[in-house]
Amino acid sequence: MSFDAATQSPSTDTIAEARRQVEICNACRYCEGFCDAFPAMFAERAFGDGDIVQIANLCHNCRGCYYSCQYTEPHEFALNLPQALADVRVDSWDRYGWPGGLGALFQRRGVALSTALVAGIALLFLAQAMLTPASGDGFYAVLSHTVMVAIFLPAFLFPMVVLALGLRAYWRDVGGAPVRWTHLHRAALRAGQLKNLDGGQGQGCNFEKGDRYSQARRHAHQATFWGFLLCFASTSSGTLMHYLLGLEAPYGLLSLPKLLGVPGGLLLTLGAFGLAGLKLKADPQLGAQKAWGGEMAFVLLLGLTGLTGLILYAVSGTGAVPAMLALHLGAVLTLFLTTPYSKMAHGFYRFAALVRDAQQRQA
Amino acid sequence: MSGIETAGWDVIVAGGGNAALCAAIEAAEAGARVLVLEGAPKDYRGGNSRHTRNFRCMHRGPLSVLTDSYGEDEYFDDLIRVTKGETDEGLARLAIRQSEDCLPWMERHGVRFQPSLSGTLSLSRTNAFFLGGGKALVNAYYNTLEDLGVTVRYEAQVTHVHIENGQFEALDVTLDGESLRILGRALVLASGGFQSDIDWLARAWGPSARNFLIRGTRYNRGVVLADMLEQGAESVGDPTQCHAVAIDGRAPKYDGGIVTRLDCVPFSIVVNRDGDRFYDEGEDVWPKRYAIWGRLVAAQPDQVAYSIIDSRSVELFMPSVFPPEKADTIAGLADKLGLPADKLTQTVEVFNAACGEGTFSPQELDGLATEGVEPPKTNWARPIAEPPFYGYSLRPGVTFTYLGLKVDETARVSGPDGRYANIWAAGEMMAGSILGQGYLAGFGMTIGTVFGRIAGQEAAAHVV
Repeated sequence: MSFDAATQSPSTDTIAEARRQVEICNACRYCEGFCDAFPAMFAERAFGDGDIVQIANLCHNCRGCYYSCQYTEPHEFALNLPQALADVRVDSWDRYGWPGGLGALFQRRGVALSTALVAGIALLFLAQAMLTPASGDGFYAVLSHTVMVAIFLPAFLFPMVVLALGLRAYWRDVGGAPVRWTHLHRAALRAGQLKNLDGGQGQGCNFEKGDRYSQARRHAHQATFWGFLLCFASTSSGTLMHYLLGLEAPYGLLSLPKLLGVPGGLLLTLGAFGLAGLKLKADPQLGAQKAWGGEMAFVLLLGLTGLTGLILYAVSGTGAVPAMLALHLGAVLTLFLTTPYSKMAHGFYRFAALVRDAQQRQA
Repeated sequence: MSGIETAGWDVIVAGGGNAALCAAIEAAEAGARVLVLEGAPKDYRGGNSRHTRNFRCMHRGPLSVLTDSYGEDEYFDDLIRVTKGETDEGLARLAIRQSEDCLPWMERHGVRFQPSLSGTLSLSRTNAFFLGGGKALVNAYYNTLEDLGVTVRYEAQVTHVHIENGQFEALDVTLDGESLRILGRALVLASGGFQSDIDWLARAWGPSARNFLIRGTRYNRGVVLADMLEQGAESVGDPTQCHAVAIDGRAPKYDGGIVTRLDCVPFSIVVNRDGDRFYDEGEDVWPKRYAIWGRLVAAQPDQVAYSIIDSRSVELFMPSVFPPEKADTIAGLADKLGLPADKLTQTVEVFNAACGEGTFSPQELDGLATEGVEPPKTNWARPIAEPPFYGYSLRPGVTFTYLGLKVDETARVSGPDGRYANIWAAGEMMAGSILGQGYLAGFGMTIGTVFGRIAGQEAAAHVV
């Protein structure tokens, strides 16, 4: 068994198809202004596997190029670049997620992610039943702080290690150079603003309204992303208050964890369910069709994580706390543990692609 | 279906490309009830506009993505240079002057522009590029029409225009397999040239036209144009001529569009089917010469030619959509291209022997010329000597035909008894009035936009 993700060979079919399409794009160039993927493409004449993987991870699936393309089916060139690059992307995340096969499982099968969720919730119920604390306030009366840390510390660290290994393999495949502050700065700005979903001129993308531009997906994704970060910051602030200041939960409404967590939870819930709704309206043939189920399950899991967190807060002090705690922590546990293998991985690889793109623009 | 026949259309637009859409938008905004009849299916709507990429625009200062300025006289001079004077100065200057107002109008109707594409910096002052290309422009206009409540029917082929006493009365249209007679009060004709009707092209040009490739839509068959000419509508433009450039010989018969262009000729030698060179490949920079190569190749046996380069030149031009044939020897390359190996080897040897000393400079006319070979190569004459060798086939690719309807400054069409009361034309269908010969990049979209808008306004003013 190897930790080296790159020893698995890339899926030649999806890369070959993407290369065929990218070579046609490179002779046309009409879509240059939509996003970062095209200038990156047009800087090359020949495309190695690493080049294709990098371009695929730069693509945010805004679909502007598809609806503008004079070579989509029924034209014999049969271009569908958003789909071709999505297929390469999904394959690449499979390949970089150790151990191999889990990515294929959780990215592509909504059932797998749902099953994992049920298992996660069951585990939390089991922990509550078997490790009932002698004392404690709020949800610590249901599950002690020690038990929570024992479950969640490894559940957080393990995916981080897997992702780090995957990113290292990605970096080697795309020929990445040492990272400088300026690269990170540019990548963070473009990721934070979702620049690559704005259509190049701020008009938005072509997701749920066909050839009309719309901001809906960008806004829903921003709510999801920033909501998630606020929730994460909320949990982190609670941890720091617990260890550094000796301030233990439950926290009041005007405490840092709640000030971050409540708006974060609202944004995450609205954003994730919004993304799920948009996904139902969008044409599945312009994405990685084999991953549709897994992607849908993932955004629903994100929404469920936010929603159960909010409900958990709303029911505090009532008899519903143990059940809601198990539901919420079960969702969080599943989200964390499957991070390297679910759609969650896209954020990390996409950021790496943006960093690499910043390097190539400087070169 | 009968509803559409007697729905009381104020303005019917025959065609579904840029000019047709601009006319329909103007007419609808003026309050007319408008019907657009596009002959192509929805996937291929937009005629040749879906293959375009920019709009040549006069501007007195920086405008949108356009840098610096581009005045009326300079624009007109550029037109005179390519048409060699074959233009109607009044109509040409009208198109040029109005182009400046058109660009903001286009933006207001959903068209987005982007800076000049990589590899086209020479056009950043004169031509505004569409973000996503012409199909994105076409999409934006169809969305505008939808918002304006305009009825659009696809696969609606107009077969006959009923004209009584100089007045348009109705159209015969084939729609969903039915033949309909649709009544209307004004008609805008914007259904393009005839270049996709290969039989017509062969009658006009000669039988060799059957070997030409058509760069754009297969739906520009000139059905309405032929019908109008039969009824005695006044025409302009040489009926035998088409604009053709040399493109990749492996391109599809129709709709190959921009990607099939090949920019390798100046750095190559070009031979015909028999392995003979036939023209100075280095006469001028490619943007000034690609158009004449359509005719040069058309004059060769089987209307085909082959451009041969060596490994030193392979990265000097824009990437091609199809990879070139490649071999380590000239004879091997000849086999792959289906050329006589001995003859090609001899042609290359003779050419190489005629190349002199000097500095090869691909970005400018470097004066590196052959001596003692016919035809000469007057620039970039570097021996084809470093393997591997690469070869592309070339064929004539037809962009458009020149024959069209004569219009006045209000885009009105004339018949045997003077101007028709209620028929206007725009776009490729009347562009021969202004572009009698040659082509100026992005000017087809200018003519289409300017005269499409005029036709729509005039038609609406006639009925509303």
